[in-house]
Amino acid sequence: MKFLNYLILIVFGGLLIFASTGLANRGDADAPMNKETSPAGSPGAAYYYIQNAKKDAHTDNMVTVILADYRGYDTLGEETVIYTAGLICFLLLRRREEEEPK
Amino acid sequence: MTHKEDNPIITLVSRVVSPFIMIFALYVIFHGHYSPGGGFQGGTMLAAAVLLVRLGAGREISQLQFKKSWGMPLGSLGVLIYFGTGFVAMLLGGNFLNYEFLPLAGAANAVRGWGILFVEIGVGTAVMGILVAIYDDLLEGDPL
Repeated sequence: MKFLNYLILIVFGGLLIFASTGLANRGDADAPMNKETSPAGSPGAAYYYIQNAKKDAHTDNMVTVILADYRGYDTLGEETVIYTAGLICFLLLRRREEEEPK
Repeated sequence: MTHKEDNPIITLVSRVVSPFIMIFALYVIFHGHYSPGGGFQGGTMLAAAVLLVRLGAGREISQLQFKKSWGMPLGSLGVLIYFGTGFVAMLLGGNFLNYEFLPLAGAANAVRGWGILFVEIGVGTAVMGILVAIYDDLLEGDPL
């Protein structure tokens, strides 16, 4: 039974490695997934980002441009989520000084 | 902390290693324009450097490095930096979070790069403060 487990594990790992060789290069604007168009026929967002991220924000890292510039609202929301979590921990768990028994 | 006695090796190593982790965290934040990294990752590493001293040297001594009451104000400051960057851009005529309208000299795309840097600094500050604050809040019930 143990042998079968290892066999399944190795076969599945090999399958994943084989599948990963078919992935497109990162930042390849000509990859099929980045050539996708919307139902209206306009090019997808990924193609625009790859072509224009460096030009628009003078920043080499495309991920940073998308995270902080094109998708700035989203990152502000993420930060608000973290802040809300911290605030809830503060309100629920922090002991107030004046309520300490003297 | 259940052990009251100090272990000098752990205290010394955590004290020595913590500033280097902070330097690398600052590198991760400020080099996020050119390499993998950014505010979330760098802020987490800054918090890890603080929490290392918290764990290694004990709660009282570690207050010398980062006080328990600083966590939430620092997190609020980070969120305000992010929001303020977007709000200044909005006051000066652009859309909210449109960094092109920030009052900085240079071409429009260079100003957007600076805006991204400010935003990443805000994210890093907020993540660091809030992670440390959550750790301190969770330890609050420990009678010690």
